[in-house]
Amino acid sequence: MKKVIELDNIRRDFQVGEEVVHALRGVSFSITEGEFVTIMGTSGSGKSTLLNTLGCLDTPTKGEYYLDGISVRTMTKSERAVLRNRKIGFVFQNYNLLPKTTAVENVELPLMYNTAVSAKERRKRAIDALMAVGLGDRLEHKSNQMSGGQMQRVAIARALVNDPAVILADEATGNLDTRTSFEILVLFQKLHAEGRTIIFVTHNPDIARYSSRNIRLRDGKVIEDTYNTNIQSAAEQLAQLPKNDEE
Amino acid sequence: MNITNLFKIALRALANNKMRAFLTMLGIIIGVASVIAMLAIGQGSKTSIQNQISTMGSNMIMIQPGADRMGGVRQDPASMQTLKLENFEAIRAQAKLVTAVSPSVSASGQLIAGSNNYPSQVTGANQDYLHIRQLKVKEGSMFTDNDIKTSAKVCVIGKTIVDNLFPDGTSPIGKIIRFNQVPFKVVGVLQPKGFNAMGMDQDAIVIAPYTTVMKRLLAQTYLSMIFASAVSEEYSPMAVDEISQILRREHNLKNGQADDFTIRTQEEISSMLNTTSTLMTTLLACIAGISLVVGGIGIMNIMYVSVTERTREIGLRMSVGARGVDILSQFLIEAIMISITGGLIGVLFGCGISMLVKYVANWPIYIQPWTVLLSFAVCTVTGVFFGWYPAKKAANLDPIEAIRYE
Repeated sequence: MKKVIELDNIRRDFQVGEEVVHALRGVSFSITEGEFVTIMGTSGSGKSTLLNTLGCLDTPTKGEYYLDGISVRTMTKSERAVLRNRKIGFVFQNYNLLPKTTAVENVELPLMYNTAVSAKERRKRAIDALMAVGLGDRLEHKSNQMSGGQMQRVAIARALVNDPAVILADEATGNLDTRTSFEILVLFQKLHAEGRTIIFVTHNPDIARYSSRNIRLRDGKVIEDTYNTNIQSAAEQLAQLPKNDEE
Repeated sequence: MNITNLFKIALRALANNKMRAFLTMLGIIIGVASVIAMLAIGQGSKTSIQNQISTMGSNMIMIQPGADRMGGVRQDPASMQTLKLENFEAIRAQAKLVTAVSPSVSASGQLIAGSNNYPSQVTGANQDYLHIRQLKVKEGSMFTDNDIKTSAKVCVIGKTIVDNLFPDGTSPIGKIIRFNQVPFKVVGVLQPKGFNAMGMDQDAIVIAPYTTVMKRLLAQTYLSMIFASAVSEEYSPMAVDEISQILRREHNLKNGQADDFTIRTQEEISSMLNTTSTLMTTLLACIAGISLVVGGIGIMNIMYVSVTERTREIGLRMSVGARGVDILSQFLIEAIMISITGGLIGVLFGCGISMLVKYVANWPIYIQPWTVLLSFAVCTVTGVFFGWYPAKKAANLDPIEAIRYE
């Protein structure tokens, strides 16, 4: 299988006043195409730094990072922006949708920064992505007219629209209630089943049960890297949940 | 990054904050509108002064005794006796760039006709005087060469004099009016001209043959002024040189000796008046320009605040692949769109205000195309200039921090 992500002894140091903080102290692993990896760790474990590095928002102090075979470490800011645009789909905890903007316009956003995509194709791909996350009937809804779950679906559609090599989710269920969290997990499992590569960064250990692989970080090092042989179905869990009173 | 996409992005961002965009624009609107209106008012008064001056005879040349600039105690030109009739004859005979020349002497006193009287001056001149001062005889006729030769007691009078001495409306032609005990027969009435730019009544005028005024009223042999008319306005500086040479020769002035006469042209007077109105226009434009700058600072202020307010949005755009230059362009385009739209509205408002001033206050208005272009260009430059700093700040944001900004 093709290696989508390859980390080789990644170190990241931050200068905080006089002191040097070692956020990552030699992290090495690789992720092949089609994996659903959860990355866990308590706060201060280097989780966020690792996510920023994987997302090409930050460059490591030492070590090599290959994203889809491309070396990221020596790239300029602009080159990394273009790389993010083509290879990465972000899903954030607080959705980060553009305010007062329709779902379809939000999803179109990454393609607005890709000159190769025409306006017509952009609209078509945005609509396809929204259909894929089950929001085909809410294309023209504005971001402030949607629920948290719907907003996160729009955000996932936005992450899918550029057909990325990897989807990076940062606590993507952190702001949602249990039921909606499971709905989002069902969606991630569906994308996984379709062959997408997903990295899900979280501090919630339960989520590891639904992924194919779990990496644990502590003090800037990988302390555990296990493959999940018994992947549970989020859809089944969702079915067992008691229905909300309101519904 | 495709420029049409950038425009779409900027337009959407503006559309999401219509009120803020409008308030930002307001500064530019007021700035541009006031620049245009102020310049229109300034230019309007300048044009109207120029028009009035040209009705006074734009190629008129005035020769007075006495030097313009001279050390020591200066004398009243009227009391100087250096300008003689021979000088007038010499100019008439020798000057080639002068079409008309007339001596001028004046006596003041009281005009009496029957039971009416009016204070006035009697100007002694020849027939050329009418041409030089752009006067026309409406009724009767001008006095003749023979009248000058014989120092005849005849005169031509203006409308103000007619109104005051003959209030019952009878024709003054052929009537006798007395000036300081000397009876004059009215031979002509001049066409009314109204007030000039300096507020002088151009119709309170009595013209008699200069010989009559010199011999019978003043008993003097010198002239108070010589009026001449240059071939055309462009030739008037050359005509001035020519007259100056003739007079220096006549007065036996050696090289290095200062002129003992002063020659003025209408051009000088008009430029003097223009200086005043130009000063006014500049002043008004400066004030208006300041309001434009304040408008620009308004743009900077709002854009600056909006960068902070939209930090998360900027972080998101960067994380989905916007480069620094894309963010910079977006904010610059937003600033330019605000200033150009504001500029356009400002131009319309400025022209509207000018028209309002024209029709309501009846002020002369003249909108020059360059003022519209200039203020439009200035507000575009303002947009770029004041939009640059906030845009640069936005582009330099760290996406990691921006995306998590609360």
